[in-house]
Amino acid sequence: MEQIVEFAGTNGLLVAFVFVGAIMVVAYWLSRHVARGTVHGSAIAIALGLLLAFWAGADTGGKNGVADYPLLAGIGVLGGNMFRDFAIVATAFGVRMEDLRKAGLVGALSVPIGVILSFAVGAAVALAFGLTDPAEITTIGAGAATYIVGPVTGASLGVSSRIISLSIAAGLVKAVLVMVATPLVARRIGLDNPVSAMVYGGLMGTTSGVTGGLAATDPKLVPYGAMTSTFYTGLGCLLGPSLIYLVIRSVL
Amino acid sequence: MPILGVALLAACTLAGLFVGDLLGAALGLEANVGGVGVAMLLLIALTNLPGRRLGPETPTGSGVQFWSMMYIPIIVAMAARQNVFAAVSGGVMAAVAGVLAVLAAFALVPVLSSWAQRP
Repeated sequence: MEQIVEFAGTNGLLVAFVFVGAIMVVAYWLSRHVARGTVHGSAIAIALGLLLAFWAGADTGGKNGVADYPLLAGIGVLGGNMFRDFAIVATAFGVRMEDLRKAGLVGALSVPIGVILSFAVGAAVALAFGLTDPAEITTIGAGAATYIVGPVTGASLGVSSRIISLSIAAGLVKAVLVMVATPLVARRIGLDNPVSAMVYGGLMGTTSGVTGGLAATDPKLVPYGAMTSTFYTGLGCLLGPSLIYLVIRSVL
Repeated sequence: MPILGVALLAACTLAGLFVGDLLGAALGLEANVGGVGVAMLLLIALTNLPGRRLGPETPTGSGVQFWSMMYIPIIVAMAARQNVFAAVSGGVMAAVAGVLAVLAAFALVPVLSSWAQRP
């Protein structure tokens, strides 16, 4: 066994290819024979990945889902930021400039609107749960933006690590829910063209959620959503500890 | 040669991410600002040069196309390494904040889309 783990460790990326390939086979089989084509195979594959990550997290107590098993450490590489960004950029191959321009000003505005919306919702929830310190309320609001904005804002406002972990949890809930729920609500919110995909990416912001959700809905829309969501975390980190904190402090 | 496409894609990604890091640092942030977006624009520009458009059926284009098709498996791997356990067990306040933020954004998508499509 020890020898197998060591062997898998030195060939991590190859093990990851086989592992993900197996998930895809199972997911597409489920899509065809159990869901009878009503749920797309990639949506099921992403849901299976999340389910395995939950199970692995409960089992190992680690933060990286199945990648915390030494046997599957390669998943941490294949599913890490480097390959994710590489593949997202590749999806832009074949995108037409005109489609990007069509969303225009509203596409660009969706990012600040999305950031402020998430902070407002998160801050309101924090207030409703009885928090009173403006720095702590801002941090929960930041977590409702993304799980990166949360800890960055919390650290610069100097709140306790308990509040920071709550904000990360809020951001993780958002990312997971966006991945799972997007294919379910896509038709109802008109998410079927490049313009609405750019607006959606800007409003949601969580890159993992947006790219996962669009992959499960319609892979052709991925580059448009990714284009706007890539600016969201940066803007959130910029506005959170500064402007939004000052506004929240003066309102309270 | 397909490797030329892969090299082009990697160079665009690296250049974009580096610009995003510089932009973040210039704003005093520890975050990458728009790196992937810059990289995508760069790739779109370089594959649509006037007179020498790069199609997916060319050998060079197939190197880019391959990674574009690997996107979903990579996202599945990304899903499998998320900290889902912490998300599910993060407490009621975190769950409510995350869920409401998502619902609010979903509700606004059709509103902003209709603004964008107004002539």
